[in-house]
Amino acid sequence: MKILITGISGKLAQQVAVELCARGHELTGIDRRPWPDAPAGVQLLQTDIRKPEAEELFRSVRPDAVIHMATVSHLTTRRDERYRINLGGTQKVFEYCEAHRVAQALFVGRHTYYGAVPDAALYRTEDEPPMALESFPELADLVAADLFAASALWRFPSRITTVLRLVYTLGPSLHGTLASFLAGPRVPMILGFDPLFQFMHESDAVAAIILALERKLRGVYNVAGPQALPLSELIRVTDRTPTRMARVLHPFLLGRFGLPRLPTGAVAHIKYPIVISDRAFREATAFQHAHGEYQTLAAFRAASPPPSSAGTPHAPETGHDEPIPIASPSPRG
Amino acid sequence: MAAASATLRSRTPVLPTVVDETSRPAQPHAVIGETDPTLPLAEEINARMARLDISFNAHGFDAYGVSRSSLAAGMRVVGWLYRHYFTVRSRGLEHIPPRGRVILVGNHSGGYAIDAGMVIASCFLELDPPRLAHSMADRFVNRIPFLSELASRTGQITGLPQHALQLLRDDRVLLVFPEGTRGTQKLFWNRYSLGQFGTGFLRLALRTQSPIVPFAYLGGGEAVPTIANLSFLGKLLGVPYIPITPYLLPLPLPVGAELRFGSPLRFSGTGEESQPVIQAQVDVVKAAIADLIAHGLADRAARPPPPVAPRD
Repeated sequence: MKILITGISGKLAQQVAVELCARGHELTGIDRRPWPDAPAGVQLLQTDIRKPEAEELFRSVRPDAVIHMATVSHLTTRRDERYRINLGGTQKVFEYCEAHRVAQALFVGRHTYYGAVPDAALYRTEDEPPMALESFPELADLVAADLFAASALWRFPSRITTVLRLVYTLGPSLHGTLASFLAGPRVPMILGFDPLFQFMHESDAVAAIILALERKLRGVYNVAGPQALPLSELIRVTDRTPTRMARVLHPFLLGRFGLPRLPTGAVAHIKYPIVISDRAFREATAFQHAHGEYQTLAAFRAASPPPSSAGTPHAPETGHDEPIPIASPSPRG
Repeated sequence: MAAASATLRSRTPVLPTVVDETSRPAQPHAVIGETDPTLPLAEEINARMARLDISFNAHGFDAYGVSRSSLAAGMRVVGWLYRHYFTVRSRGLEHIPPRGRVILVGNHSGGYAIDAGMVIASCFLELDPPRLAHSMADRFVNRIPFLSELASRTGQITGLPQHALQLLRDDRVLLVFPEGTRGTQKLFWNRYSLGQFGTGFLRLALRTQSPIVPFAYLGGGEAVPTIANLSFLGKLLGVPYIPITPYLLPLPLPVGAELRFGSPLRFSGTGEESQPVIQAQVDVVKAAIADLIAHGLADRAARPPPPVAPRD
């Protein structure tokens, strides 16, 4: 099968591409960033999706399936740029898919779509609407991209449209929203709040994306891995130090003293849980995650041992693969 | 309404639901809740935690975020209050099934949800095997620092229909006060009245085919004798209201309390019935609770009052 991946130089997309190559698929990728050590056989076009060259690639390659992973998060990109990439890019990709008769378009979204609010249920299903956009405008472009991608289900009924909403991914690549949040020596928490965090091993996320592609899944699906854990437990197991501070102090302390920077709206994400139900996805694909919650945290911990200095943000060394066993947890109660 | 009793399942053993304590054969644990002097509370709680029917992961967390260690710590507090402060006597515990889904439905009173804590303590300390009752917490709970953390680590999650449905499908014990905060706002002289009942719990019972065990909590209104509720002060603090007592602070008095569980009620239906049908079934539950309260008060009148309790 000829597969085109947008945003192929992203860490998760790279893993998807490598795995699909190994399965004998023909891979093409588009990304503004380079991928120097891409496997032979992956055709990479280094450009912006919205440029004519990108459409030309659709025209010449005529892919059977497109995996759209060219989205950026608030942590890395400015607001106007995010709108252009996330919403504008998604719009273009789906236009190209329709114009060039791509049989399946798969959008990889995020579970933060649902929003962190105090009175939302745990285990939110695909039917639930996005919330808290007014308090976290940084998320609006991703939510819009997700909804726009899902609209292809009725706009282009002859194509297979798949929208996956993945929980945070964690693993040796040290890439992703949660990995960045946990990167430093100190991890901020809000005093008196300890929400559940739902995450999965990045190789399980790769497996889920490939499964959705190969099963030609149609519809919107939540994708999750093992059981959710409280944030304090993530911090404890990864050997970080929780910094519990009152909500009012966050604007003054975040981004300093080895704490990560967070936009104001993102504070809700360390106050209230976003826990999704992946029952529909598991029923449709028989997906089973291979890594448990502690195994996933151990993989992250091994690749990113706790930084010793508290003053500077942690810059993980690449290729550091020396396994560091997790300190066995102290008996609790 | 006659339709209500007609829709009740024929296999329900005792209906109408007047619970006559005198006609029931004497049970060895008809009144339990006495302290076992041989076992310290902490040890008893640890032993019971090990027998709790909840699948914790290797580090003691379950799928709803309940933490084994937080739950044990919480139980030590409510357990002490249950045994030594409010000296709660629980009756009719045999009506709570030892396993499987069930909804405990009762009256609220006493300023804030001490009664919920005592029902949770009763289910944990008195039932064999112990069970964790999940109360359906008011929405404001999740917004309050520490209370949010405590509630979610001990399984007291927000009272949303989705949560209730999931918990029942997982065969857990659901604890519902259909009066909501209207119940805890009752003033001292209304403490044994029943306010308007929400009907959501009954639709859930029908959808999940769960039995409803009615209960009455007596003594809540005496423990926190509310004479006024300050909603303005409450709003400032992020809660619905602050109860005010004759001694101003809403601290509970060490008043003996009693918990009476009645026979399980089973209703037939899908949960999609019209509101009048559901309301009639809710009224049956409400009447059962009113009966339990009436019997409790009658029994209490026949007994000499406990030494520290203020006289009615």
